[in-house]
Amino acid sequence: MNYPRIFLCIFIMAAVTYLTRMPPLVIFKKKITNRFVKSFLAYVPYAVLSAMTFPEILYSTGNMVSAVFGLLAALLLAYKGKGLLTVAVGAVAVVFVVEQVMQFIC
Amino acid sequence: MQEKGKLTFQKGIRDGLPICLGYVSVSFAFGMAVVSGGMPAWVAVLISMTNLTSAGQFAGLDIILNGGMYLELAVTTFVINIRYMLMSLSLAQKVDGAMTLLQRCAVSFGVTDEIFAVAMQQKGEVNTRYFAGLMLTPYIGWAAGTLAGATAAGILPLSVRTALGIAIYGMFIAIIIPPASKSKPVAIVVGMAAALSCIFRWTPVLCQISSGWVIIICAVVVSALAALRYPVREEEET
Repeated sequence: MNYPRIFLCIFIMAAVTYLTRMPPLVIFKKKITNRFVKSFLAYVPYAVLSAMTFPEILYSTGNMVSAVFGLLAALLLAYKGKGLLTVAVGAVAVVFVVEQVMQFIC
Repeated sequence: MQEKGKLTFQKGIRDGLPICLGYVSVSFAFGMAVVSGGMPAWVAVLISMTNLTSAGQFAGLDIILNGGMYLELAVTTFVINIRYMLMSLSLAQKVDGAMTLLQRCAVSFGVTDEIFAVAMQQKGEVNTRYFAGLMLTPYIGWAAGTLAGATAAGILPLSVRTALGIAIYGMFIAIIIPPASKSKPVAIVVGMAAALSCIFRWTPVLCQISSGWVIIICAVVVSALAALRYPVREEEET
């Protein structure tokens, strides 16, 4: 285990994360007026989360079949407006059941 | 959540409880992911206690485990957490004018999607005491959940561990789908980012690019295009 590298990595993550949160709160007290910047910042979270989720979610479980079922379950629950916890646990439960059934059949 | 009365430290603690419960499950998955990747439990807890950010931690862990570059780690963390800048900016106009520089520095550590959302729901200005309470409960939940997950990783059967791998993505879907079903621009952003990310993953040569950079490229290109095509209206914040 390369601990110096791990410590440096954790330090970089923590410092960069803090540097996105701290300066605006400390420095800016005026509103952003640039419409493009505002719009860009408003869309960033959705683009980031979507790019992180797809297609990676298909490789996140034991096999792709169970992942597809988990994905569908998550989409359905989220579309119905369920909370973070319900959607996450629901997807996990569906993946678990599908993988058990597959093991039983195969 | 919106109760009348003063914004005390105790009220902050109370308002932070639902956030805390949600955090426990996600940080549990994070703790497990760290230990499954071959690192000790205290590394997981250290990351959670110094970062306090879900998506950023998972992405960072991915890069650490895959031996990515420091620059890649820094840029990925920055891009994934760039949304906090927007939140801190909004919060800067919401906090008590009496808040000192030191207090602002401390409070900014607790700016997460959920804590920010609850703070902004309060009427009038938000003071330091309330915010301190509001960030304390979720922080404890985040650290404790990480420790529990990291400890349980060795105990839980493989079938449960593989199923839990999808938890973080389920949470992301729960964040992006409801707004996407209400707003066409958000739906287009989500769809385009997903399509672009799939192209990178499944095209020869392009699939050599590491996931951190792919996320950055997708986010910047798609958000910029959407900002040009669908600028947000003044009063309408997505």
